[in-house]
Amino acid sequence: MQALYAQLLVGLINGSFYALLSLGLAVIFGMLNIINFAHGALYMMGAFVAYFLLNLAGLNYWWALIVAPVVVGIFGMILERTMLQWLTGLDHLYGLLLTFGIALIVQGVFQNYFGSSGLPYAIPDQLKGGVNLGFMFLPIYRGWVVVFSLVVCLATWYLIEKTQLGAYLRAATENPTLVRAFGINVPRMITLTYGLGVGLAALAGVLSAPINQVRPLMGADLIIVVFAVVVIGGMGSIMGSIITGFALGVIEGLTKYFYPEASNTVVFVLMVLVLLVKPTGLTGRAA
Amino acid sequence: MAEAKLAERPAATAGAEVLTVKDLQAWYGESHILHGINFGVRAGEVVTLLGRNGAGKTTTLKSVMGIIGKRSGSIRFNNEEIIRASSDRIARKGIAFCPEERGIFASLDVRENLMLPPTVRPGGLSLEQIFTLFPNLKERLTSQGTKLSGGEQQMLAIARILRTGARFLMLDEPTEGLAPVIIQQIGHTIARLKSEGFTILLVEQNFRFASTVADRYYIVEHGKVIDGFANSELSANMDKLHTYLGV
Repeated sequence: MQALYAQLLVGLINGSFYALLSLGLAVIFGMLNIINFAHGALYMMGAFVAYFLLNLAGLNYWWALIVAPVVVGIFGMILERTMLQWLTGLDHLYGLLLTFGIALIVQGVFQNYFGSSGLPYAIPDQLKGGVNLGFMFLPIYRGWVVVFSLVVCLATWYLIEKTQLGAYLRAATENPTLVRAFGINVPRMITLTYGLGVGLAALAGVLSAPINQVRPLMGADLIIVVFAVVVIGGMGSIMGSIITGFALGVIEGLTKYFYPEASNTVVFVLMVLVLLVKPTGLTGRAA
Repeated sequence: MAEAKLAERPAATAGAEVLTVKDLQAWYGESHILHGINFGVRAGEVVTLLGRNGAGKTTTLKSVMGIIGKRSGSIRFNNEEIIRASSDRIARKGIAFCPEERGIFASLDVRENLMLPPTVRPGGLSLEQIFTLFPNLKERLTSQGTKLSGGEQQMLAIARILRTGARFLMLDEPTEGLAPVIIQQIGHTIARLKSEGFTILLVEQNFRFASTVADRYYIVEHGKVIDGFANSELSANMDKLHTYLGV
């Protein structure tokens, strides 16, 4: 039983990363119509910014949680202004190829300087140790990751579904021309949206640093699964991305316990099944 | 119903031209749609662009709003050249647009649709005043925008631009596909807005409807304004009009 709970926890943690990343992908796809293949590289950059802050500037984890998403978000906005914005109106394929190229370059640069092995990032003192819940031992940091990710996901959902800013965003996703004709600077909003999506990826990177170490290819490994999550959940819905992200993490964890051989493929099997039955994904709207 | 003042502002001085369009040309991609449009709208007027399908009426409104990619010539609004301005900046100068397809957002509920356009000037209608004009909307605030009937959607599309404080409204075929009783209600609304000093540029296929609200008409054909006359000269121009519109 101990092992089952442990795998469930691992599943929930992976689910947190899936949710944060697929949420960002969904927001970006909605507004920019771009399948952001650079997402994994930007997640990795978030972890590296945390590493640099600690080792070069002496700024701890808590600072990194704020600074890394901002820094990487700004980097993303520069990418959007200088490159992605020119793809407006072109086929998805162009955005996919461009962001894939960006991911390869960013990862290549980091690999060149830091190799492929992981750099250690210590768990902050306040979150060290664990508690015995009776049925299992819960490392505090892991509990923190799950709770904090959930809070960030729900806050993003609230921002998009319940605020005036979110109404602009949803409306501009449907009809950017008309929203602009109402006096809203849609191009600027698109840039900020990309920054927001990318910032969420960087935040996930910071959260993952103490668990998975800081590696140039940490995002490349993860992003493939995240894309499968997005396909399963569908691009259309914010809450859908969040729920699918957590749910698939848990399903993966359960598979590790009951049938470990399939744990790396279960997400892809589910993806195939969903594509066969409902090509727009579980919560997606038809394009 | 109490005839409460819609907005506490003096009617603009009639006579001064607020919109002056000169030699306006516009293109959709490679196809040249407008070939030199000339017309003007004076403060407080209701001016209607008439013409057959595909004549360039909608394109003219979209060019004024800045949502046609390629355009040339001159569009002056309140003595300021706006032909190079982006549509968000044009909107902020006080021009509001109600598109033919109404543009109600499916992912927003009625209240969100209504509150979507930002305030560009002080002096827009309050929600209370809007609900006096369009009582139906008040009962449907939490419905999904596109779940409304066609008439309600049209009212919502007009209502939301009245909130913004823009005093120059461009309405593209507001009566299209609507029942006569609703068309009548929209006619009353336009008359009411005019009496409150709004300036309105209307595009209509429904000439009967236009004749109940318009001060002046311009006839658009093949991307040019080929004629224009006041409502008082209407009966004298009826024969010409039938030829132009092919009715």
